[in-house]
Amino acid sequence: MHGFANPARFLRLARWLMPLLLVPGLVLALGALAWGLLMVPPDRLMGDTVRILFIHVPAAWLGMAGWSTIAISSIVELVWRHPLAGIAARAAAVPGAAFTAICLATGSIWARPTWGTWWVWDGRLTSFLVLLFLYFGYIALASAAQRDAASGGGASRVTAIFGLVGAINIPIINRSVVWWNSLHQPPSITMGKSAIDATFLVPLLIGALGFSLIFGGVVLMRMRTLLANIQAEARLRRKAMA
Amino acid sequence: MHEGLNQWDYVVAALAIGVVGTLLLVGWSLAAMVRAERRRDKVKGK
Repeated sequence: MHGFANPARFLRLARWLMPLLLVPGLVLALGALAWGLLMVPPDRLMGDTVRILFIHVPAAWLGMAGWSTIAISSIVELVWRHPLAGIAARAAAVPGAAFTAICLATGSIWARPTWGTWWVWDGRLTSFLVLLFLYFGYIALASAAQRDAASGGGASRVTAIFGLVGAINIPIINRSVVWWNSLHQPPSITMGKSAIDATFLVPLLIGALGFSLIFGGVVLMRMRTLLANIQAEARLRRKAMA
Repeated sequence: MHEGLNQWDYVVAALAIGVVGTLLLVGWSLAAMVRAERRRDKVKGK
């Protein structure tokens, strides 16, 4: 793991890995959406709105995966002081927030013709909205920590602790449809089991894989951006002191 | 479904938000990365 603590080695890896994630990711995600839109039959209960789930479900998974990435990277940053772990956590925040917002928006659009309402304050929807606000808080804190780091402060640890504490919301989102009465359906896919017919499941899984690859590519791009900014600031400081 | 709503309007709106949002995220991240790496190289005097 510490082999990648060297930014130069990481950048070499990121340069060839990034297109390998982004190009197949875009092809798979757009292909799965077209498959869901044009080839999948209407669902017996949901009708044509079932097609919205091919974007809504991957976005929900990635909203939660984004915060899981933040939490795991924060542990690595706090325990092993890995120099790239904090950068990985910060890099996952914006794509995580974007997919959480897409999940909430598409879910609301799906709910209107299916449930007859845009929004209900039930456990699943509310805990997911809380996740979006946690992302906003994390992004603001990380941005403040970056300015503080330039003046030699230790706000980076506060950001990592916030990332860890916020992870409490992930099992709450996951179990919310089991713990509380909800309009939202219970989990359709659990470990090794699925209640979804293969006609819907195959494009859904292909789409999830595609969007996950895009997410990975975006995280690598954001890591390269953050690293380049840090290197430029360090060089400017050295020049100013010389 | 409810109130005789046209489901396809909702399907198109949701997919548009998803696709445009994802493409904006990729494009914005790529532009920010190129800008930051250009600035770093300029500061380094490359």
